[in-house]
Amino acid sequence: MKEKIYKWIFAGLAFASLIFLIGIIIILFKEALPIFKKVRPLEFILGRAWYPTYSPPEFGILPLILASLWVTLGAMLVCVPLGVGSALYLHELAGEKQRAILKPLIEILASIPSIVYGFFGMAILAPLLQNLFHLPTGLTALNASLILGVMATPTVCSLSDDALNYVPRSFREASFAVGASRWQTLTQVVIPAAGSGISTAIILGMSRAIGETMTVLMVTGGAAVIPKSFFVPVRPMTVAIAAEMGEAAMGGLHYHALFAIALILFLITFIFNIIAEIISRRFRIKLGLGA
Amino acid sequence: MRGFMRFLILGLVLLGLAIPAYAKKKVVIAGSTTVLPIAQKAAEIFMNNKGEADISVRGGGSGVGIASLIDGTCDIADSSRPIKDTELDKAVANGRSPKAHVIAMDGICVVVHPNNPIVELTKKQIKDIYTGKISNWKQVGGPDQKIVVVSRDTASGTFEAFGELVLKGERVRADALMQASNQAVVSTVSKTPAAIGYVGLGYLTSSVKAVEVDGVKPSKENVLTGKYPIARPLFMYTDGNPKGLVKEFIDFILSQEGQKLVEEQGFVGLK
Repeated sequence: MKEKIYKWIFAGLAFASLIFLIGIIIILFKEALPIFKKVRPLEFILGRAWYPTYSPPEFGILPLILASLWVTLGAMLVCVPLGVGSALYLHELAGEKQRAILKPLIEILASIPSIVYGFFGMAILAPLLQNLFHLPTGLTALNASLILGVMATPTVCSLSDDALNYVPRSFREASFAVGASRWQTLTQVVIPAAGSGISTAIILGMSRAIGETMTVLMVTGGAAVIPKSFFVPVRPMTVAIAAEMGEAAMGGLHYHALFAIALILFLITFIFNIIAEIISRRFRIKLGLGA
Repeated sequence: MRGFMRFLILGLVLLGLAIPAYAKKKVVIAGSTTVLPIAQKAAEIFMNNKGEADISVRGGGSGVGIASLIDGTCDIADSSRPIKDTELDKAVANGRSPKAHVIAMDGICVVVHPNNPIVELTKKQIKDIYTGKISNWKQVGGPDQKIVVVSRDTASGTFEAFGELVLKGERVRADALMQASNQAVVSTVSKTPAAIGYVGLGYLTSSVKAVEVDGVKPSKENVLTGKYPIARPLFMYTDGNPKGLVKEFIDFILSQEGQKLVEEQGFVGLK
């Protein structure tokens, strides 16, 4: 009897996440859909002008979507070499001692609050970039990309390291047995075997970067223009939501438009996560770990 | 913040239900988001000083505030503009007589980097810079440098005031840097040699330089005398002459202590 009660309690806890997820999705749709009665979905997504508080208002979020993708792309250029590189080093070359120090240190990067990253980007990186590249302002897509890249590094590094660890010893031993060198084993056996695991790591890193809010709010400058280079200010989706939600009249068009942006952002990260899930499932089957 | 206020209000309501013996006198304030921080802060202190008062404050915009006053769903309407004739007609038709109380002045200064040689701009020039007609400092007598336009987010009260007083409803150029707070504007302008920005008078610091507008220095005196062009009064409207708790609250805002709160929120006090 007692056992049954415990079972129900823990089942309830386990399903709580599901309830939260469904609740959030329902609210997102419910609050976002009214905007599409006034603005056609295609106009909303492909519109180039974001002037939500003017009369008449314009709700075109293409600059915001492109800004998010652009900054995320930049972040990937930073965190893929950093994250995957350090995972390879940790796994292949570092001794036990180095590993014992480095791995926790990299993970500490993940525990730094995003506002601290933002502050760093605003107060230190921005003036540096401004002087280095003779820019009118250091609050640019580049600044955000660098900071987000560093922020996403622990995710990519940890998960890549796990993926490398999942490659069975037998793969490596077989490779050495046929006379392959360490480098050949790494590039032709271990990395291909761990490849989909590493891809999953990179995609989860992307999810992390595209959803980040506080940091980008502080360092991107916030101009809602379509980005044409890394040296211009941009306004990613999360920035628009964070900066404007507090002041948008509840139940107004602007309010619903912000929810619609959140919905689109959610769909983007949802797709990222599904792709990551599919790849990682294949990876586990390939290595004989079961689905 | 809103969610938190709603929780707070909900909490107060529940408290009120739980102990009806301590039933509180209720005042509802609604309206302008510009006036909102003043009303909130004042309500907080006022309730601390006076246990039996229950003041709920919400935003919505000046129009919403005045409409609520006309409908009788609020006791005090915050407004960043004088009441319109159409609203006055409606109020009279509903048997109300809105009375205006000026509680503070909203003055906005235009700031540039301290090293910028520009000391004066006209209101027209500022408008042209923000709308994109002027894009280089040399067009207004400065160095040959592209202007970096810094603005507040379009949903903020400061932007609303700037948009109304300077831009006259025209759009800010799309590539302007949009900052989420007055402090962020000051910090960005202070680090960007070619920048121009604007902040509430109370947020002016020595790390940026305030320019004269139409030859008038942005100062408390010039705002209060009406000489400085980017300024406007902020109102609280009541139905007829305020009575009871409403009167006490308005008196509190106009008192020395209340006006100090006004200045702490970045506005210009009346004394």
